[in-house]
Amino acid sequence: MNILVCISQVPDTATKIVVGADGKSINPQGVKFILNPYDEFAIEEGLRLREAHGGTVTTLTVGGDSAKEILRTALAMGSDNAVLVKDDVRADSFVVASSIADAARELSPDVIIFGRQSIDFDSFQIPSMVAEMLDLPNVSMVSKLSIDGSNVSCERDIEGGKEIVSVSLPCVLSAQKGLNDPRYPKLPDIMKAKQKPITERAAVAAAPQVEVLGMVLPSQNRLGVVVGDSDADLQEIVRRLHEEAKMI
Amino acid sequence: MNAILIVLEPQGTSIKRTSLEAITAARGIAGGAPMHGVIINGTSEQINAAGAYGLANVLNVSLASFANGTVAAAIATAATTVGADVVLFGANATGKDIAPRVAVRLGAGLLADCVGLSNDGGRLIATRPVYAGKATVQVTSTTPSGVVTLRPNVFTAKQDQTVSVSVQDLSSVANPPARTSVVNDIIKNDGVMDVAEADMVVSGGRGMKGPEHFNLVEDLAKALGAAVGASRAVVDAGWRPHREQVGQTGKTVSPNLYVACGISGAVQHLAGMSSSKYIVAINKDKDAPIFKIADYGIVGDVFEVLPRLTAMVANVTGR
Repeated sequence: MNILVCISQVPDTATKIVVGADGKSINPQGVKFILNPYDEFAIEEGLRLREAHGGTVTTLTVGGDSAKEILRTALAMGSDNAVLVKDDVRADSFVVASSIADAARELSPDVIIFGRQSIDFDSFQIPSMVAEMLDLPNVSMVSKLSIDGSNVSCERDIEGGKEIVSVSLPCVLSAQKGLNDPRYPKLPDIMKAKQKPITERAAVAAAPQVEVLGMVLPSQNRLGVVVGDSDADLQEIVRRLHEEAKMI
Repeated sequence: MNAILIVLEPQGTSIKRTSLEAITAARGIAGGAPMHGVIINGTSEQINAAGAYGLANVLNVSLASFANGTVAAAIATAATTVGADVVLFGANATGKDIAPRVAVRLGAGLLADCVGLSNDGGRLIATRPVYAGKATVQVTSTTPSGVVTLRPNVFTAKQDQTVSVSVQDLSSVANPPARTSVVNDIIKNDGVMDVAEADMVVSGGRGMKGPEHFNLVEDLAKALGAAVGASRAVVDAGWRPHREQVGQTGKTVSPNLYVACGISGAVQHLAGMSSSKYIVAINKDKDAPIFKIADYGIVGDVFEVLPRLTAMVANVTGR
């Protein structure tokens, strides 16, 4: 099985966000960048599919040179190949999806696995976009997966339950938490991964479709009333939620 | 703006609230542009439900399959049929899955998970949270048309003058065979309100000290008519199911009222609930970060506070 796992590098959730001089993006100075947490599930699932069905796992990311770091993590976890699509700007999801689709046409994988979303722009759009561009079926938010021959059976999380969805290979999947427990790379594998080659390819020339006009840090206009736990305090909060906020 | 197409998701005899919210949001930006709905295999009851929200025209598409690729093709065809340059979805599991396909088919920019929407002289401008809600961006599509998904519970669904709905059947949509997916079954969490769809959510964290104490959280949820949520710590510990997890690697919620019980407020949790309208936090640590984003903070022991608070709430709600 030819497995393609697509990953992205994102700011650590705990990092402090500062708006950059352009007023439209973050100032990357001092920001710690990590492998997108959902992509760990995607890499792990790719490795498990290889263990069950044979084949190779190729991990791909779209980004600048710094993104090689997450490809090395994927190699250390056990990925066979790594591809960096060089794009320092990553203008929008459509541009990134176009580059991924372009690479996938050449790699012709049986299955393409993503994390369900990247935690920087949280758009949830690249897996479905890539599927549409490649004319493939897709299942998003997969929390359980089994592949038998070319039949792919998935459980997918929806509001208030789960959908049981089946598709045929080749297909596009996005991984939800619960799909697996990602392995930690071992130190010798981390060392070996540093020597492994990373294939570089050019991004496709696609025009962005979404423009960021401005970025601001949201002001939390909270009431900020902090009280103790006396009956009178609790009663006052219930009264305010009922009478003023009309919440209850 | 030429026309707006609103994707209507059926639910029972009506349509989902996220769809009603999308109609309301459409009214806010239409500025005279015609509004159309599109529904897949809609019944007359479901379609008429849109009339109370001021939506007078609905395209009803008959499809043999609810496969996402097929539904996306149908919605894109509907958009072309009515000349829509704005397509609105609710940003739920279905909308997030299908909207990107529709955007690709229409060659339209996708503005995802938006919490604000405006019409700036014909240009669609959306506000959306990024970086786990630590920043917000204003975005617009640079293409002639735009596809938008709206974060559930943010745009309040408001009824309008009821109109009678005229229905146009659209049955000539080809099912693209190459991307067939088959939904074999849907397993519903019976009797459980989903945290992402609930008006009110009561969540418990590590401060609940064990799964056996979650009855205190459930009791308050019951008194309020709220869904039960959980922090990542308690889901990872196996105290609560993943479907209840609020925050990064869980669900993003924007209820009217969010009550955090014994949750310290790690940034990963705040990412999933900071757009709630009212936040109440109960924690015995007065320095817990959750208090920084709370409207009402109660410094106290959840085991002491919850039973009394539940009784007071029940007294008001009668539940």
